[in-house]
Amino acid sequence: MRDRLIFSGQLIFTLLVAAFLVVPAGLSIAAGISVNYFRGISSGVTLQWVAQVWELYAGTILLSFVIAFATLVVTLVVGVPAAYALHVRGGRLSRIVEEIITLPLAIPGLAIALALLLTYGGLRGFRSSWLFILVGHVVFTMPFMVRSLMAVFATIDVKTLDEGAASLGASPWRRFGDVIVPNAVPGILAGSLMVVTLSLGEFNLTWMLHTPLTKTLPIGLADSYASMRLEVASAYTLIFFIMIIPLLVAMQMFAKKEPTR
Amino acid sequence: MTSTAGHGAAVRIENCGKTFADGTRALEPATLDIARSETLVLLGPSGCGKTTMLRIIAGLELPDHGGKVLFDGKDMTKAPIEKRNVGMVFQSYALFPNMCVADNIGYGLKIRGVPREERARRVAELVALTNIMGLERRRIDQLSGGQRQRVALARAVAIRPAILLLDEPLTALDAALRERLRSELDRLLRALGITAIYVTHDQSEAMELGDRIVVMRRGAIAQIGSPREIYFEPKDRFVAEFIGAANIIEAPLVGGHLILPGGRQPVGDGASLPTAVAMVRPETIGIVEAGNAPLTGTISSVSFVGDRQRLMVSGAADKPLAVDAPNMIVAKPGERVGLSIAPGAVRLLPFES
Repeated sequence: MRDRLIFSGQLIFTLLVAAFLVVPAGLSIAAGISVNYFRGISSGVTLQWVAQVWELYAGTILLSFVIAFATLVVTLVVGVPAAYALHVRGGRLSRIVEEIITLPLAIPGLAIALALLLTYGGLRGFRSSWLFILVGHVVFTMPFMVRSLMAVFATIDVKTLDEGAASLGASPWRRFGDVIVPNAVPGILAGSLMVVTLSLGEFNLTWMLHTPLTKTLPIGLADSYASMRLEVASAYTLIFFIMIIPLLVAMQMFAKKEPTR
Repeated sequence: MTSTAGHGAAVRIENCGKTFADGTRALEPATLDIARSETLVLLGPSGCGKTTMLRIIAGLELPDHGGKVLFDGKDMTKAPIEKRNVGMVFQSYALFPNMCVADNIGYGLKIRGVPREERARRVAELVALTNIMGLERRRIDQLSGGQRQRVALARAVAIRPAILLLDEPLTALDAALRERLRSELDRLLRALGITAIYVTHDQSEAMELGDRIVVMRRGAIAQIGSPREIYFEPKDRFVAEFIGAANIIEAPLVGGHLILPGGRQPVGDGASLPTAVAMVRPETIGIVEAGNAPLTGTISSVSFVGDRQRLMVSGAADKPLAVDAPNMIVAKPGERVGLSIAPGAVRLLPFES
């Protein structure tokens, strides 16, 4: 009897907390498909706002994905060998390098953006291309990739695996491709998941680095909230959800399947 | 079988020492010759430098300046492991978790560009040889410890290496399995006729597998010899005590006899030293009537271990002596007994500081 009471209490509390977090998202989505936000959903359901957003911001959304996947490619190409080298070499120098890579987590995005602007702002072609934002995103997401890889390298004895492959005649590159990378797949997936979602949602760095022609999803969202009908901004949120949730679910499933392959 | 028999290179290491970056001396400069198709065991307690020596031969460590590694007379010192054509079995096996058993075994052949059908044939041959039929498609984490050990061995042998290197390959297994695999391994090494270098801290493993044993201590070679030589003619106290059980007696030596508290014991080799350090193996001491035996003592404890019983006899020498007696005789603590030791069974050892 008492146990059931405690259980019910806990359940209600959990549901309330969940509702507190979920209801705003639901309301926002509802606003995006209402004819008139102030009269609520009863004013009628429409997709006109969504269509309007798509018309206005399709390029922005596309650019966001281009940047997210470019960031992923760069963090993979640089991060996987870097994490491996840091793990195998060990010692003080590796520690220091690891700390430096992790530093952008502690520094506000605004500060990183300012530093980039001060240093490279003068290079006009670079400043106005999306590659400028890419650099910011790589700096910001690299620690997540390197950290999740190093966590995997710490659980499998990569040094001995590497020596095993070497004893069978494999060259260093061959070993890296045949043995190291395949066994680091769980870490690569976890890191990729974080890099892509962080890049898609990144605001404060990007806000400093963007130009009118290089806006990403969150910048466009801020833009629409600031300058357009609330329904349009809400429809924007809806599109954001539709884009990012399937991606998250797919990557989670991928990551979960991996260890029990 | 015939395709795998009788290959291997002779190995020579010359002046190979190893000092690590932090200044610790893992191996004193050592010179060692290993004959073609010989099984050489590097034996010693942990930290004695045996694994370092193996890794230098493998090409996983570079010897200090002046050291040389030669395979069949060819200088391999600078060649990395992947250029040395050695097979290696690691203590942790180092099997690739991302590949099945057959792919693990065939990996070295794949690297060498052996065509698929030939590779499959060779893998099947090794699967049969190491007795792991039916496991070819298993993943590594679906294998038991003993099966992993066999896969690691098959993988190392698949490439027909010039030398097979084994780094404590049985240490990770439980005692009963270890003993069974030990004799299996012995048979396999003989059948392959390969030059093998085997690292272990287990002296019974060393005895069973080694044509010759290198006993190591604190980074230096203490003694090299056949299992019999190492057991019956240890060069010093460390080797005597590390291999098997040994009674070490320190006593004055007068006219070819050790003068002991419990009597006099003749010594085989007529050394003319004033005092001696001598070794006597427990199984070479016989229990006789106390009556007119030259050496007597009192049984202080009896432990029955099945095939024999271990008696501790005090009062005979400066320290209680361990005696291995037949399991049928009746021996009780407190009983006075005579000890009979053949003069040849007493081995004099050099003094040590």
